[in-house]
Amino acid sequence: MDEQAAVADIRQWWRGGLYILIFSLGAWAWGSGLLPVLLDHWDDITFLGRQHIQLVAISGGLAILIGVPAGVALTRSRFRRYGDVAMQVLNIGATIPTLAVLALSMSLLGIGNTPAIFALFIASLLPIVGNTMAGIRAVPPYLRESARGMGLSPRQILWQVELPNALFVIYAGIRTALAINVGTVPLAFLIGGGGLGELIFSGIALNQFGTMLAGAIPTALLAIVVDFIVTQFQFWTIPRGVNPMR
Amino acid sequence: MIRLEHVSKTFPNSTTPAVDHVTLEVPEGEICVLLGPSGCGKTTTMKMVNRLIEPSSGEIFIGDRNTADYDPVQLRRTIGYVIQQIGLFPNKTIEDNICLVPDVLGWERSKSRARAAELLDMVALDPGTFLKRYPKELSGGQQQRIGVLRAIAADPPVLLMDEPFGAIDPINREIIQDEFLKMQARIKKTIMFVSHDIDEAVKMADRIAIFRDGRLVQYDTPDNILAHPAESFVSDFVGGDRTLKRLQLLTVNDAMQHDPPRVTAEDTLETAAAIMAEHGHQAIVIVGPRGRARGYVQLSVARGGKGKVGENHETLPTTVKPGEDLRTAVSTMFRHDVSWLACIDDEGTFKGYVTLRSITRLLSEAYRDG
Repeated sequence: MDEQAAVADIRQWWRGGLYILIFSLGAWAWGSGLLPVLLDHWDDITFLGRQHIQLVAISGGLAILIGVPAGVALTRSRFRRYGDVAMQVLNIGATIPTLAVLALSMSLLGIGNTPAIFALFIASLLPIVGNTMAGIRAVPPYLRESARGMGLSPRQILWQVELPNALFVIYAGIRTALAINVGTVPLAFLIGGGGLGELIFSGIALNQFGTMLAGAIPTALLAIVVDFIVTQFQFWTIPRGVNPMR
Repeated sequence: MIRLEHVSKTFPNSTTPAVDHVTLEVPEGEICVLLGPSGCGKTTTMKMVNRLIEPSSGEIFIGDRNTADYDPVQLRRTIGYVIQQIGLFPNKTIEDNICLVPDVLGWERSKSRARAAELLDMVALDPGTFLKRYPKELSGGQQQRIGVLRAIAADPPVLLMDEPFGAIDPINREIIQDEFLKMQARIKKTIMFVSHDIDEAVKMADRIAIFRDGRLVQYDTPDNILAHPAESFVSDFVGGDRTLKRLQLLTVNDAMQHDPPRVTAEDTLETAAAIMAEHGHQAIVIVGPRGRARGYVQLSVARGGKGKVGENHETLPTTVKPGEDLRTAVSTMFRHDVSWLACIDDEGTFKGYVTLRSITRLLSEAYRDG
């Protein structure tokens, strides 16, 4: 209980510090003329921001919808022998720079939205599949044994024992994947995918500091917001007994 | 009842059988401990009963039904299962853990939840406090109790326990073993219990099955295993002090001399001395009008003494009850440096006495028979 109180205390301080920081940032932004520039670009920011979010949502959503079941499948007895190979492939895949993935995707699918989404999907898929597999593999064998010994079917063992106990690691994979995703979306501009990258790269090319920041700041905020949302999911959907956050 | 008939198991990639033609029957309501060193096949034998391991040959019956006729998942729902690591699901509350099998069997929620509370009451854990907790919030001993409750939640007639108390510290283990035996006296399950600890086996078992290299080498009551080991492997395994271990299986009643001579306070010392001389005793117990033990007189005092017994007696240093085990009795004798103890029942009535000699005679009788 004392520990919790101490943690709450520290959080209070953090929050206070954060407010002060935001306030002084805002003051500085107005004073230096940054904020007026951002307001100038407001229409661009909302339009491209929406595109940006769409790219993240579609590619990330697909990656979760396909990655988690794929990771689960690779731990089932039928496919288990491919698990180690898959893990190796995933580890090697994760070392390929996302820019290279985009370039490869463009050479396959041309330019536009589709190759961008495909590349982002692939880049996000790897950590999700990897963590899903790792999480389920890390469930202690005796939990499976006692579940099996008491007469749970393989499906019941998956839903009642394996998934809940692997959930934290699976979420960690999703968090990593979405962080990579949000951070890579600006590069999608390079293959004609749109998004806030348009402002960033135009700003750099035209040497317009304000335009670049009009792309960069919303991108950074978006990354923070996405991470916050996943963290909330993690906090509320993982059972308290296996949730290190509660 | 669990019955194994010529059950064998040879694992793939192995030429020697892990379990070799084992035939044994665990009668209704008894605890059978499968005992042996690691790798002897005892756990494999147990896991073939609920088909976590499929036998290579032979048949296993529960009641009258062959386990091979069941769907394995359905079969396991009718058999309680407890493992050494306990295996409570950390993502579920204690309540949901206990209700696991009732839930998959489709019991009504109110019924299963009431059952969970009732079971917690049975092991003196407060339902209000524990039902909504998670396993990580419980001590190892509490978790193990919950593990046992979970196994009996759906009231299966048969229980399999794989070294269930092995991971608990010695003090708590004793307590939980006693608790479990008390519970078993009430619920009367047919239990197969794997252990590698001879002391645990002697304490828990109605019958012990001793395994070696996949073969069942002896299947008998604990006392017979200790008194008449079938081969040198068994006597080595049960230990050089196997005779001392028998002490906890025998009660004071077994070694007690019933209705021995006694005197009352009104008798004279001469009478007391005469009775002792007649029976060859060194001391005699004095009883009150309702047969309660009041004290004793030693032969050396009574001989040549004058007066009433009541004026010359000494108080008994300690007593035992007929239901206590001989290990306790001998320990009490050593502690008080005496070679005999008066036995009194719960009302204080003098029932007889037990001597070191009568105990050694009782223990050696078994060997003379054999």
